[in-house]
Amino acid sequence: MKKTTEITFKLNGEIRNITVNNNDILLDVLRDKLGIKSPKCGCERGDCGACTILIDNKSVRSCLILAVEVDGHEITTVEGLSNQDITILQKNFVEMNSFQCGFCAPGVIISTHELLMNNPHPSKEEIKEALAGNLCRCTGYTPIIDAVIETSKKGGNKNE
Amino acid sequence: MNNLKYVGKPVTRIDGLEKITGAAIYTDDIEFGPNLLYAEIVESTHAHAIIKKIDTSEAEKIPGVVKIFTGKDFPFKFGLYMKDRYIFAQDKVRFIGEQIAAVIARDPKTALKAAKLVKVEYEPLPEVFNQIDALNNDSVIIHPDLGSYEHVPWFFPKAGTNIAHWRKIRKGNIDQGFAEAYFILEDTYKVPRYAHCAIETHVAIAKYDLSGRLTVWASSQSPFTQRHLFAEALSSLGIQHKDVRVIAPHVGGGFGGKAGVTMEILSAALATKLKGYTVKIRWNRAQEFYNTYQRLGVVAKIKMGVKKDGTITAMQHQLYWDAGAYVEYGANVVNAAGLSAIGPYKIPNIYIDSICIYTNMPPTGAYRGFGYSEFLFGLESHINRIATALKIDPVQFRKLNAIKEGDSLAYGAEMNPNGLLEAISKVEKEIEWGKKEVSDNPKKAIGKGFALFWKAPAMPPNASSSAFLKFNEDGSINILASAMDIGQGFLTVMAQIASEILSVPVSKIRVENPDTDRNPYEWQTVASHITWSTGNAVKQAALDAKEQIFNIVSKTLHLPKDMLYLEDEAVKCYTKKNFKLPLKDFVINGIQSEDGTYKGGPIIGKGVFMPEFSSTNSDPETSQGGHPNVHYTVGAAAVKIEIDKDTGKIKVLKAVEAVDAGKAINPDLVKGQITGGLLQGLATVLYEDIRFDEKGRMLNPNFTDYKIPTSMDIPDEIVPIIIEVAQPDGPFGARGMGEHTMLPAAPMIANAIEDALGIRLKSMPLTAEKIALEYIKTKHK
Repeated sequence: MKKTTEITFKLNGEIRNITVNNNDILLDVLRDKLGIKSPKCGCERGDCGACTILIDNKSVRSCLILAVEVDGHEITTVEGLSNQDITILQKNFVEMNSFQCGFCAPGVIISTHELLMNNPHPSKEEIKEALAGNLCRCTGYTPIIDAVIETSKKGGNKNE
Repeated sequence: MNNLKYVGKPVTRIDGLEKITGAAIYTDDIEFGPNLLYAEIVESTHAHAIIKKIDTSEAEKIPGVVKIFTGKDFPFKFGLYMKDRYIFAQDKVRFIGEQIAAVIARDPKTALKAAKLVKVEYEPLPEVFNQIDALNNDSVIIHPDLGSYEHVPWFFPKAGTNIAHWRKIRKGNIDQGFAEAYFILEDTYKVPRYAHCAIETHVAIAKYDLSGRLTVWASSQSPFTQRHLFAEALSSLGIQHKDVRVIAPHVGGGFGGKAGVTMEILSAALATKLKGYTVKIRWNRAQEFYNTYQRLGVVAKIKMGVKKDGTITAMQHQLYWDAGAYVEYGANVVNAAGLSAIGPYKIPNIYIDSICIYTNMPPTGAYRGFGYSEFLFGLESHINRIATALKIDPVQFRKLNAIKEGDSLAYGAEMNPNGLLEAISKVEKEIEWGKKEVSDNPKKAIGKGFALFWKAPAMPPNASSSAFLKFNEDGSINILASAMDIGQGFLTVMAQIASEILSVPVSKIRVENPDTDRNPYEWQTVASHITWSTGNAVKQAALDAKEQIFNIVSKTLHLPKDMLYLEDEAVKCYTKKNFKLPLKDFVINGIQSEDGTYKGGPIIGKGVFMPEFSSTNSDPETSQGGHPNVHYTVGAAAVKIEIDKDTGKIKVLKAVEAVDAGKAINPDLVKGQITGGLLQGLATVLYEDIRFDEKGRMLNPNFTDYKIPTSMDIPDEIVPIIIEVAQPDGPFGARGMGEHTMLPAAPMIANAIEDALGIRLKSMPLTAEKIALEYIKTKHK
């Protein structure tokens, strides 16, 4: 059996075509072969959520899937969230000092971005639930939740 | 001080945008090109054994393996406070997971595959996993050469035993103190080990280039201390400090775990044997749990005597610490805790033993709180019980005995100005102390708990900070300092301090993470001393720049120097209303004189801070005489919880915490510390539960089995309260408060559980299971 596969997928709006080993983890391919550094490696087993990305607008732990699985799909990371400017949600995260060390931030941004896409006005409980797969050791989550609420209150997460 | 424009304001973080766009570079994000080598570590599978033989022959056959090194290649010792460790195990291993050898390969998978093929032959030795057992006469001695180890002068190891350090405090007359007491309570409290759980694991990359220069990129709280320890450990190779360069990018969480030196020394040492190559090590999550530092475990025996009116007359506090296989950093936790184990109370007769004990458990070291969380669990539980026994309200009891400015500390020096009573009162009010609340659900009980806390920076008496401040052509500023922004907001706070003095907005100031070649010295980002210490250095640098500005303006333009002031990025003059010289006009290119020549040149400020009043010289038998701690930060906290009587599950309905920051340079960031630190503290008492098997192997080194809180576990409400009683030698009155925020969590939960259910739990963590089982027991009595 062949050990490598050629895959074609959309990464942050751009069509990419690469050859990967069949057992390559998507997170490693994104970081080491494609130079996309926002997804972080924190646990390699889906516990921490630091590697969360969107595949076809659904949040996925990129440490838990193989690169070959994204053939024909569309990947979005924090690098590709917005074309020109940062999102309203990202702006609120900055303004409300939502993050401390920032290592969990890319994953948290992806999870909350997904939430607001599907549910522009979530309740606090819904926000907590959407964040439950993203571990943050610094903030106690409250300033992150507050920024999501603020975004929802002030007209949602559409780019200006 | 009253018209502060930038200090005391909730400025947004200057690293905020980097961190939410994915632009922020962490150590693992740096690219080193195709010639990068990867190291995988061969770890000990025995907790205590002699290494008889290491067979690397099978591993060497794997294609892609470049080289394999063992302890024999690096016969070098290291350690921050006590040199009790070798870079790799030499003849003996002392905990499961200890580094024995390293396999260097072209890619991580090959390195891992080959490392599994390295065969190590052991001769098992007797093991000891518990600090109390390690004190027995028949216990195996883990470090038979302890008497020959180099250490700082304020450690007192006992050669021929497992005692690495014994901090004793004797003050007043303990027997008389207990004789004066109307009531005495004596009990034992247990706190297990904990793990930091920064989401970013340790990463270090090192390059020893062909010219003999060693560069290390590390996720670190301590770039300068690392440089020093690398240079010291590798000095026999002819490496000088100037040849070692540590570059520290953004840190993905530290909490003390990335202080000092742990695995970074492996990459530094390996690089010296791989001249011309770059070698990378990234710890996996399991290694992060068992081979960095863990928080020390403690068994605390407390005996306290009080008068009928509630005045404390005497306290005997004996702390037996499980410090693990190596205590090069952990022994200073023991020291710090011993010096402060009276808690924030005025106690005349004191007898403290804080004993650092070697065990065959993973090494221990700094963890947010540095020993204080551990002894405060027992102490603040004990205080509550004594007050209750005397039928005095626990908060009133605390107010009665609270330490005040000028009161004598355990080691004889005087307590600094502080807002402890104000903190108690504000928390008392916010939690509605004294108001009994009953749940509508008969299966649930509501309870409230209170706790005080204090902590001093634990640092050598000559730990110092320094800063450079450089103006640019447009009047913007770059500040070079070498503390780390580990999330607390260091970069932002330094910008605010310089802003205030130079009247340049925060948006025109850049502060970045350090490179030891370019940035001036900083001891370490630990001890919550950065805002105070590095803040003083940056303030000094800004004042130095200001002085240079006034000198050149006054000299060249013939204006009275004492009439000059800075406002809106310009020099102005009180006596010459129309005079306004923008900083950008001269801070690089100088000022033109009447004769056409230019005076001045680039303005570069320099600042240095060292606490020149601090001293560790004291009587080892009593600890009296020195001034080991620069100051204390104090606070109070309370919690309201609801417990499910059937399951023991706790829901935190409300948590209130007041901390005396002296001056909150950035109140938003101070509140962020409270919200985050409090949850980290609550995690240690409610969720995190470290487990080892009977052979000393950690059973749950992952986030599936070692539970840290998620967003679903946060308190319903958190009320952060900032108290500001100025620290006289702090920048704008500021003192540190980052670590402190997690200190009161465990005892206030224990006190609230007793309030709700009438049961007293004395062994952490206080998990739902433990609560439910204990409650059932009392119901059946």
